[in-house]
Amino acid sequence: MKFGVIVFPGSNCDHDAYHVISKHVGQPVSFVWHKETDLSDYDAVVIPGGFSYGDYLRAGALARFSPVMTSVQKFAAEGRFVLGICNGFQILCEAGLLPGALIRNRDLHFICEHIHVRVETANTPFTHELRQHQVLRLPIAHAEGNYVCDDETLAELENEARVVFRYCDAAGNVTDESNPNGSRANIAGICNRARNVLGLMPHPERACEGLLGSSDARGLFRSLADTLALRS
Amino acid sequence: MKAKVYVTLKSGVLDPQGKAIQHAVELLGYTGVVDVRQGKYFEIALDDSLDDAGARESAERMAREVLSNPVIEDYRVEIEG
Repeated sequence: MKFGVIVFPGSNCDHDAYHVISKHVGQPVSFVWHKETDLSDYDAVVIPGGFSYGDYLRAGALARFSPVMTSVQKFAAEGRFVLGICNGFQILCEAGLLPGALIRNRDLHFICEHIHVRVETANTPFTHELRQHQVLRLPIAHAEGNYVCDDETLAELENEARVVFRYCDAAGNVTDESNPNGSRANIAGICNRARNVLGLMPHPERACEGLLGSSDARGLFRSLADTLALRS
Repeated sequence: MKAKVYVTLKSGVLDPQGKAIQHAVELLGYTGVVDVRQGKYFEIALDDSLDDAGARESAERMAREVLSNPVIEDYRVEIEG
């Protein structure tokens, strides 16, 4: 199984993702420059956090037009795995691989802190080794993480159990106070209908080592690695 | 020829920047401000190979595909000869 970490001009969490995959997942991983178009070597790609194209126009808006994104569309349509983290989530929404959009945080601030999310479903390739309603402590670092979508999309996400993570307090209660950025229905991460594309604002790649304050996200990468192992 | 494109947040989409601006003007003593919505404005210079209708169509397509995100934003195009 092989992982690719896509690198746009302005990506800055690419090395973190690479580190976690090589060290904690223990699998081969390569960087994929955004001008490349051949993803045939890979079983899963990570679209990492950062400020692709300086967040010009809208966060993620210009990265969507990079050559590699056409291949990512195809890659996802083939049922292979795509994980978008932070700016990666914004890019997936802009590219239409996930519904909705991410706008400025409710209170306008760039928020950089550890928050809690509740695992809403273990029924994804990314969360099957986690428990439903398990609480994870993860860092967020964003100014545009306020998830919005229309009523119809929200109903679809809820009915199809595609809300994967929700902001909550340490005890797992989903409340307004525990919603750091104003996201609709406290949404922190969602998947597509086929469940092979996940986008989330928190940074799981920064929560795999106790030294960094939390290793709660190891289960996410382990889930994905096990899914891939079963497939191959 | 010039295309002017205005991109605005759809009504109902929270605009925290607009709210902060409203708060600031109110602090300055301006009264009667009911709401402020922040948007984006683009000027696109086009050569003369297109007529007005062609320029409009081209600018509308750019507005739809790139300049706006249809999930949260609306756009309006004006063509100036």
